[in-house]
Amino acid sequence: MYELKDVSKHFEKSGRSVPALEHVDLTIEEGDVLAIQGPTGQGKTTLLQLLGGLDRASSGTVMFDGQDLGRLGEVKLADLRARAFGFVFQTFNLIPTLTALENVEVALVPLHARGVERRRRAAATLEEVGMAERSSHLPSELSGGEQQRVAIARAIVKDPKVLLADEPTGNLDEETRDEVVNLLESMSRFRDLTLVIVTHDSTVARRAPRVALIKKGRLSIRERKRSESPA
Amino acid sequence: MLFTYLARELRRRSKQAAVVALGLGIGVALVVTVSAASAGVKTAQATVLHSLYGVGTDMSVTQTAAAGSGGPQRFSLGGSGTAPAAGTPFARDVLSASAGSATFSSSKVAEIEKLKGVNAASGGLLLDDRNISGTFGSFGLGASSSSGSSSSTPPPISFNSFSVAGVQVATKSVGPLTASEVTSGRWFTADENSSAVAIVSSSYAKQQSLKLGSSVTVAATNLDVIGIASLPSGSTTDVFLPLGEAQKLSDLPGEVTTVYVSAKSASEVSAVVASIHKLMPNATVTTSADLASEVTGSLSSASSLATNLGKWLSIAALLVAFSVAALLMVAAVSRRVREFGTLKALGWRTRRVVGQVMSEGLVQGLLGGVVGVGLGIGGAALVSGVAPSLTATVGPSFATGGGFGGSGVRGTGASLGGLGGPSGEGVRRNVADLTHSVAVHLTAPVEGHTLLLAILLAIAGGIVAGSLGAWRAARLRPANALRKVE
Repeated sequence: MYELKDVSKHFEKSGRSVPALEHVDLTIEEGDVLAIQGPTGQGKTTLLQLLGGLDRASSGTVMFDGQDLGRLGEVKLADLRARAFGFVFQTFNLIPTLTALENVEVALVPLHARGVERRRRAAATLEEVGMAERSSHLPSELSGGEQQRVAIARAIVKDPKVLLADEPTGNLDEETRDEVVNLLESMSRFRDLTLVIVTHDSTVARRAPRVALIKKGRLSIRERKRSESPA
Repeated sequence: MLFTYLARELRRRSKQAAVVALGLGIGVALVVTVSAASAGVKTAQATVLHSLYGVGTDMSVTQTAAAGSGGPQRFSLGGSGTAPAAGTPFARDVLSASAGSATFSSSKVAEIEKLKGVNAASGGLLLDDRNISGTFGSFGLGASSSSGSSSSTPPPISFNSFSVAGVQVATKSVGPLTASEVTSGRWFTADENSSAVAIVSSSYAKQQSLKLGSSVTVAATNLDVIGIASLPSGSTTDVFLPLGEAQKLSDLPGEVTTVYVSAKSASEVSAVVASIHKLMPNATVTTSADLASEVTGSLSSASSLATNLGKWLSIAALLVAFSVAALLMVAAVSRRVREFGTLKALGWRTRRVVGQVMSEGLVQGLLGGVVGVGLGIGGAALVSGVAPSLTATVGPSFATGGGFGGSGVRGTGASLGGLGGPSGEGVRRNVADLTHSVAVHLTAPVEGHTLLLAILLAIAGGIVAGSLGAWRAARLRPANALRKVE
């Protein structure tokens, strides 16, 4: 599904080139569950954004299903994000003026789904994540865990191929964290999604069969042995 | 979804949306009010021009009176040589060409009518009727011998004057009087060219208690009042006669003082003026534009105010309103970077995000338009309510050119100046008195196209503001937008 070859990313800061990722090689197969773990500011989110077509590599290639994301135009990238990638953010990023149901509907707008169809699919997905009864509430009326459930519903409502979660438990307490991780895992399993979770939390990372450790922009992969069971 | 999102966003930022809409509204309201006041000034100018010029007329043709000619005739009250005895009554009623007017052959009317670009032409004979009556005193005019004292009060002398115009009975739409202005009674019939009939202005009828069927005396001849005309404010002609009758009573057969001309189109006016000059080299051709440039007084000041200060004030207000709206929109977009980054991450195309921001600007522009129209109509009503009456004055320089079409001069001083003196002196004194002032009430009518312009301006302001906000949103790269959150 994904094949990253010699990917580097640099940012310009005060006229200097600051490296975020350096010479990253990574392969992710369809249905993989991968945790990208590392301290804050080491390039985890940058890698996730390259995987999600939100940014372009400074050098190297990011191939997704045979397409070089670095060579796709903005419109094609937007279409790919609309259909293939589902994003979950640390700060939930729900539209504050829209209800939970409408926030989920927002993800179906670029797919040109009609209003009735949008609402039906959004309601069904909210029910799937246990938020059916809160569908008419605004984000400000929901707890952090509930907001993240709505965000997960928004990410999966369009049946994407990949679920990209950026510190999805970063703003949650332990109990809620486990609920959200369980939900992500179950969604991945039942919908046959490829799941990539960026986290600094080793508890969350330990639950993934593959963990990519990132430090100062360099990546190393640790494969969990089959005998090892997730925590 | 677009409308739901739009409505919720505007509600969330209701204070800012209100400020943008109000700002645009105030700018637009100024445009509406100034446009309305400007339209009111134009209407007032048209009223003045009509009063001086005649409805439906594009230009008037006159000839300047030669020095020492024209003007009021000398009154000859006591015969030649011998002074009349004290106590002898006297009365004279003289009808003569208006001061400063020269007469010329009415055949020119037909010649002008045949010129290319002329729609219609009508001859007019502008006259002043002056009558004086009283008794001679012991030592001449006005002295009394009733008490035998030289210091005794002289017997009263009655002096009266009014303006008269001869009009072509066959031409109803051009001239000092048109058929549409006759509001009571009727217009002259074709066979009344030399009949003793008259149409009087409503103000003169009121002053003299005249009504249909009454008699009005012109040049010592009684004429039947067959119509009463409602003339534009400032018109000073009192009595209108058939041209033939006016020529007969003034002893000016076959003469006119003015030809009123309407062109086939506004674009042909200058060509017609040139043709008339070719036909009548000594003629003065006055167009409505010439006349408008001669208008002074508070009306002129108001016109200048509306076109200069008003225009620049409106432009400045609009610029400020547009700038404030644009700054607020850009600031709003800056606060929503995360939101737009998220939408882009969800697959929204830049075009769609831009459309969302633009539509918010558009709706605020529309709201501003509605507010502006309301405030503008209120402002125009205020101008109409509190504006004082304006005066328009046409100075002597124009009067001596003989450009007055429908006007005459009413009063006593001018005619007395002619008593016993050389007629040329009379003309000069009359000319000095010819400065013509008209009081006009200023209204500020709000026209439909002004309201449309106001709404379009407000929408344009909203779109400009939205475009700047949208430009900011379009430049956002999703990764950068989301990174700012962290």
